[in-house]
Amino acid sequence: MNANMERLYNGLVKENPTFIMMLGMCPTLAVTTSAMNGFGMGVSTMAVLILSNLMISLLRKLIPDQVHLPAYIVVVASLVTVVQLLIKAYIPFLDAALGIYIPLIVVNCIILGRAEAYACKNPPVLSIFDGLGMGLGFTLGLTVIGIIRELFGAGTVFGFQVMPAFYQPVGIFTSAPGAFLVLTLIVAFLNGASISNKANEKVEGCDGCCATCAQKCENPKEEVNREEATV
Amino acid sequence: MTSLALVIVTTALVNNVVLSQFLGLCSFLGVSKQIKTAASLGGAVIFVITIASGVANLIYTYVLDRLGLDYLQTIVFILVIAGLVQVVEMFLKKQVPAIHKALGIYLPLITTNCAVLGVALNNVTDGFGFFESVFAGFGTAVGYTLAIVLLAGIRERIEGNDIPKPFRGAPIVLLSACLMAIAFYGFGGLSLG
Repeated sequence: MNANMERLYNGLVKENPTFIMMLGMCPTLAVTTSAMNGFGMGVSTMAVLILSNLMISLLRKLIPDQVHLPAYIVVVASLVTVVQLLIKAYIPFLDAALGIYIPLIVVNCIILGRAEAYACKNPPVLSIFDGLGMGLGFTLGLTVIGIIRELFGAGTVFGFQVMPAFYQPVGIFTSAPGAFLVLTLIVAFLNGASISNKANEKVEGCDGCCATCAQKCENPKEEVNREEATV
Repeated sequence: MTSLALVIVTTALVNNVVLSQFLGLCSFLGVSKQIKTAASLGGAVIFVITIASGVANLIYTYVLDRLGLDYLQTIVFILVIAGLVQVVEMFLKKQVPAIHKALGIYLPLITTNCAVLGVALNNVTDGFGFFESVFAGFGTAVGYTLAIVLLAGIRERIEGNDIPKPFRGAPIVLLSACLMAIAFYGFGGLSLG
């Protein structure tokens, strides 16, 4: 497997941002009321992620270490503004459905996480593939959650009627608590599967993006670095 | 005055920022292991969000809107928030080192707490004035603190329990959050005004 394909596999399966890393939880739960919204959000985030990985990889030797986070944030925020204006202009229904969650892509920790953990240390082409892999993994996660919530909550998938006519939609799936419930069950299912085949002992990872890591940082060097950075 | 009180109740309970709008979930799930840490993070968030909402509102009204630059709001807001968090961090480090230590790396990461940016952007969308923005920010942050402290309380209780293996770790926390969200869903029935 060559390095580019390895990046794609890594993002889609091994370090899937939604189910394995549990990154970017806000949009994951907020916009997945339907499969289409989840898919739209995933693709928008993927676009920003690929471009930001590319830019940061190109700029990696120019950005001074002391101000790297503010510099990344400015790069990401500019890209998000571009994507937001494009969506507003060409896909107005998606803009109406996603609303505030489009500008909030800025603070999606997947993007800063990849910049910090990968793009700032690797050449542009690999970084693009890393962004593509992570973006596809995120899109996959959001679409799957969206499909499940839409199927049980409205009886449709991507707007097409799937459930038989007598099916009474369960409203809670499309409302807030349903989002937590569906994600709980999916992660528990994946945990169960990985426990039973013992292939994957590590369920959660950190990967340097401590914003979302539910664990204490296991990499003490990272914490020391942060301590030093704030002194 | 009643309308301002109403803004607080709505943002803190009815539209709870974490449980119904899903903002700030990262720290909500990450820093809710102990009530004490959760409460101090909540305090920091209340402080940052309240100030950030006010400052963001002033900048939007007097600079961005006036110059027709409102499409730059995302970039400007995030920079203002990042600056504010730095100030709060320096203040806590000097004055209350115990809290600074307890919050650890989560304090600088309030910058990427989407609740802060979310409130600032929401206030603009809702066309709130200065006082309404500050109160909405305060209410939102109180709602956030309430939710994270409650979740920390639940997590302290379930710590030593015999949880089915697949549910250990993240799923049981998400499930607790789910039950809390159902409880908060009930506030939607409040008829306000």
